[in-house]
Amino acid sequence: MNRTSRASGMINAPYTTWAMIFIIAPLVMVVYYAFTDRTGKFTFSNIISLNSYLETFLRSILFALIATIICLLIAYPFAYILSKSRANLQRNIILLVMIPMWMNFLIRTYSWITILSNNGIINHFLSHFGIGPLRLINTSGAVILGMVYNFLPYMILPIYSIMSRLDNKLVEAAADLGASSSQVLRKVIFPLSLPGVISGITMVFVPSVSTFYISQKLGGGKMLLIGDSIETQFQSAYNYNLGASLSLVLMVLIIICMAVMNKFADNEGELII
Amino acid sequence: MEDNIIIDLKNISVSFDGQTILNNLNLYIRDKEFITFLGPSGCGKTTTLRIIAGFLEPDSGEIIFDGKKINGVPPHKRQVNTIFQRYALFPHLNVYENIAFGLRLKKANTNEIKQTVDEMLELVNLKGFEKRNVNSLSGGQQQRVAIARALAVKPRVLLLDEPLGALDLKLRKDMQIELKKIQQAMGITFIYVTHDQEEALSMSDTIVVMDNGVIQQIGTPTGIYNEPKNAFVADFIGESNILDGIMRSDFNVEFAGIRSKCVDRGFERNELVDVVIRPEDVDVVPLEQAMLRGQVTSVTFKGVHYEIIVDINGFKWMIQSTDCQNVGDTIGISIKPEEIQIMKKSKYSGMFGDYSSFSEEFDELSQVDEKIEEGAQ
Repeated sequence: MNRTSRASGMINAPYTTWAMIFIIAPLVMVVYYAFTDRTGKFTFSNIISLNSYLETFLRSILFALIATIICLLIAYPFAYILSKSRANLQRNIILLVMIPMWMNFLIRTYSWITILSNNGIINHFLSHFGIGPLRLINTSGAVILGMVYNFLPYMILPIYSIMSRLDNKLVEAAADLGASSSQVLRKVIFPLSLPGVISGITMVFVPSVSTFYISQKLGGGKMLLIGDSIETQFQSAYNYNLGASLSLVLMVLIIICMAVMNKFADNEGELII
Repeated sequence: MEDNIIIDLKNISVSFDGQTILNNLNLYIRDKEFITFLGPSGCGKTTTLRIIAGFLEPDSGEIIFDGKKINGVPPHKRQVNTIFQRYALFPHLNVYENIAFGLRLKKANTNEIKQTVDEMLELVNLKGFEKRNVNSLSGGQQQRVAIARALAVKPRVLLLDEPLGALDLKLRKDMQIELKKIQQAMGITFIYVTHDQEEALSMSDTIVVMDNGVIQQIGTPTGIYNEPKNAFVADFIGESNILDGIMRSDFNVEFAGIRSKCVDRGFERNELVDVVIRPEDVDVVPLEQAMLRGQVTSVTFKGVHYEIIVDINGFKWMIQSTDCQNVGDTIGISIKPEEIQIMKKSKYSGMFGDYSSFSEEFDELSQVDEKIEEGAQ
């Protein structure tokens, strides 16, 4: 082989090693555990026993879908308006969007408990008007709120990044050809921002569907999601085989979702993940 | 050409951040003419175009379109369409859909759309490109799609904002001819913006020369070239030797230390004037017949002719001649009275028309600057 390819092989070596140890090996182990029993014998029983987790799967997907849609509804107009405002304001707002991401998400989720709980800030405030206490915490609404709150920046940032790069001349060209502002939005801005929307959806849906902590803290343990079930199998039940098979199915589901998404995005230029 | 006025701009003024872009501009545009706004970058030509398109509202003044005031009418309700500098094709649509964009907004039926798109593709020589992705096209092809897209909605007026700026020289020349043909075939008004004087001269019916937000001269290409109104126009359109002169009487001018007959009159006795002599109008003659004598300081071969710089009493003249001269030789020159153009003094007097600092490199550098500025807008 020539020298350049050997040199590039050397440069790649640390990354290749890293990938082997921390990405490939764990995946192999997940597959291995999913199809064996405690004694290491090959079996389908783990996968078959997942039947009883169907409800958890469906709930996870439903919650993640709702959270994703809410994020999209908030983030899209937000990003659009932001991209139209003064450069200075844009920088500051984006900073505000990002600052929460620098803090640990467990802490942020904890703070929602104090806000939503029966003697939390909201109910305390409402009690002055003789209302409540409302049951806010330990509801499915609280879980979804937690997801939206935690993952909203991941929807805003990719959409904003596309919007801010959108050539204003295209908007002018559309108006010039007879498009009203709502037609410009529908026929030019939205189709061109699709790659951002799609990466935003992926970046919110995937962590939402696999999250575990939020549902435990804000859902009061009553609305277990698939992430919680996996955690239980590994952390308390010590049934690595069942945990691994749950993870495997979740992974496959996510890969299918992303493949469908990418198919959508294919015609719309490059994805930015 | 009909003399119907389609667009009338009255007392238009625009300023950004206290900087005046257009200063009380008055201009009318006749229906079906090819009119060019010509000037250096920052002269207000693109601003004028954006006002007509509706992307910009003037601070004061009226825009009359076909007899009706259209101030405040949004772009999508105006019967004008624009070809943008970098085409602004929709990257998510193919060639066919780009051209059909305006028609679909007008709710035209499918057959009508197909027919018009086919017509337009034929007009711009892009048959068979319907399904192509616009990003896969060359600059020239994208340009044609942009033209087809704008013309598909049958505008009364087409605005072209330096549309050929991004093309190479050969393609630019071809497109100039083609644009002129399209304009004649469609029978609509073209308003063309450029800083390229050659483009303006070769395509336009009317040229509007602008500088600093003020119209310097309006006229036909030959009119503007042969009888520039001031030193700015003389220098911007073609090459010019511009000398200080004194009108001694009608048809009698004194410049460069000699007196000569000329064809201009109507100046006051002894009025100070600018004298314009085009380089191609200067004849090299034997020394004994010469009006002026000077030393050759540089000679550049230009293909069709030689560009010769001659130092005559400290003023450097540019002469274009098909005969080569040797650097250092003393030569004689002569100018026919009808080739001497007299202009009134203006604020541009003394700024242009001396080739002392002339060098090819300098010229090119300043053009690059101009491109960068345009890009930054």
